[in-house]
Amino acid sequence: MGSRSELLYFAWLNTKVRVGALILALFVILAIVGPLFARHDPNAYVGPPAHPPSSEYWLGTTTFGQDVYSQFVHGLRATFIVGLLGGGIGTLLGVCIGLLAGYRGGMVDEILNMFTNIVLILPTLAVLIIIAAYLTVRGILVESLFIGCTAWPWAARAIRAQTFSLRAREFVDLARMSGRSSWKIMFYEIAPNMLSYLFMTFILQFGGAVLIAATLDFIGLGPTQGISLGLMMNNAVLWAALPLGMWWWLIPPGAAITAIVGALYVMNVGLDEVFNPKLREL
Amino acid sequence: MIWYLGRKLFIYLLTFFFAVTIDWLIPRLMPGNPVDIMVSRMALRADAAEVVRSYYIQAFQLDLPLWRQYLNFWIALLRGDLGVSIWLFPQPVISVIARAVPYDLLLLLPAILLSWVLGNQVGAMAARVRWLDNTVLPLAYILTATPYMWLALLLAWSLGQVAGLFPISGAYSYNIRPHLSWVFIRDLLWHWTLPFLSLFLVMFGGWAIGMRNMIIYELEADYSRYLSALGAPQRLIRRYAFRNAVLPQITGLALQLGAIVAGAVATEIAFAYPGTGYLILQAVLNQDYFLLQGCFLFIITGVLAANLIIDIVYILVDPRTRLGMVGE
Repeated sequence: MGSRSELLYFAWLNTKVRVGALILALFVILAIVGPLFARHDPNAYVGPPAHPPSSEYWLGTTTFGQDVYSQFVHGLRATFIVGLLGGGIGTLLGVCIGLLAGYRGGMVDEILNMFTNIVLILPTLAVLIIIAAYLTVRGILVESLFIGCTAWPWAARAIRAQTFSLRAREFVDLARMSGRSSWKIMFYEIAPNMLSYLFMTFILQFGGAVLIAATLDFIGLGPTQGISLGLMMNNAVLWAALPLGMWWWLIPPGAAITAIVGALYVMNVGLDEVFNPKLREL
Repeated sequence: MIWYLGRKLFIYLLTFFFAVTIDWLIPRLMPGNPVDIMVSRMALRADAAEVVRSYYIQAFQLDLPLWRQYLNFWIALLRGDLGVSIWLFPQPVISVIARAVPYDLLLLLPAILLSWVLGNQVGAMAARVRWLDNTVLPLAYILTATPYMWLALLLAWSLGQVAGLFPISGAYSYNIRPHLSWVFIRDLLWHWTLPFLSLFLVMFGGWAIGMRNMIIYELEADYSRYLSALGAPQRLIRRYAFRNAVLPQITGLALQLGAIVAGAVATEIAFAYPGTGYLILQAVLNQDYFLLQGCFLFIITGVLAANLIIDIVYILVDPRTRLGMVGE
């Protein structure tokens, strides 16, 4: 317990972690609390069309008179759901496949590694486009599921390499001699020893899922119901926000994504410094 | 070296096989009959719907046994037959894509190569110049976190809409026919600038960060310390560090191709630039499934070809692969 609070202490000392976490917390709060203050349904046609920000419509309205603020905060929620779920699934798959390949080695490793390499080369977005296009009803959950299922390869590769180096350690040999099952060794002996690494993998998977979801939504293959930040940008482009100069519709969704993903990256770099004392700047 | 390249080639062929199978499988795997879904979405009159329906049944060959459908899919593919576009009926999908390819290359090749070269140079400089490290690095982090389409929209709005310096859509002005003349080339470049810039900037950030970190890592390595202990000039040590740091950046380029493709698709949509990304948007808007599947195969083929080229470059650059000292 002592070493854990020490890690937290060092993590908080690191400026990068602090800045990243603060920005992230700001958006999480906005995503949770923001919709409570939204006076209109995100997709309802409520106001005058193409109205700039005012006291009634905080971020203005779309070409159809939808409330941009309401869309924005609801879209933020969708973004965090996709990040958590998609990033979570991607990390989980990467951990399972990487651990299995790294611990078992031999034939299992050969086959899993080949599979990993194949999925790694396939451009994720192209696969997602094909899948999404044939789905008649698309929700955020299904989108996250497919994103997670295509995002795992690099995580699996990195975790496989880590497992390789851990598997030859004495404590793993000891566990094996004491007769623990392979699954128990993988998840109770090896995985906890790279917990910090797994956490950083999750952060990067989170950011990746947010970006790829935004791109997919921007193409017009996002959720068929509801709203997301990518969908807002898609609508803004399709309905001439650019030539009409409706910056209040164009700028906020992308700015939020940039801030969230950027905060995650910066936090990741900071955590790297915390977990690898060699890089620590004090 | 032959073995190294052969192994890579085998993986690429396997990937291509896998991708084509996905392309064939997904329409058949989805809930409901793909033909019914497509026809119902088109909202046609009853008689027109029947014509479209029979065309699709024939095109998908849903009346044949599964193995026969799969075999025919491959045969058609190898003949270059990707079906007929609905959006631009009755043009074959392959010729629609062929028209878009030059724009993709025009945009992607300079953006990838220039951002890679400049990003590496600036990243290497940032690793040894403090003020550069403090200015370029935060900027690079912001750039690399930016979704491609948002930077595209931002540039289009600021430089295109507000400042009025560049056009915000298309590959050339509507009043000009594509032909070989200075007027046309200038117009083409003028339209090309903003999409190029937004792709370039996002990629540039990533390469600069990667190179900066690699250089710092290399300068900490034993060989660098040994060289400086021997009293070798700093310039020489940095040159060695750079050469070693470039190798992971080449591998990184191969790994980034998927993200770059996604970025190009988004950028082309934002600027209505008539490459494959724009085709994908039109295919989605017009329920043009054959065009979509054609674009998918085209992207896969392009990425695999790029991977192969990068492998060959890697062999040329890293002597260890030629001597069979690196397994993977």
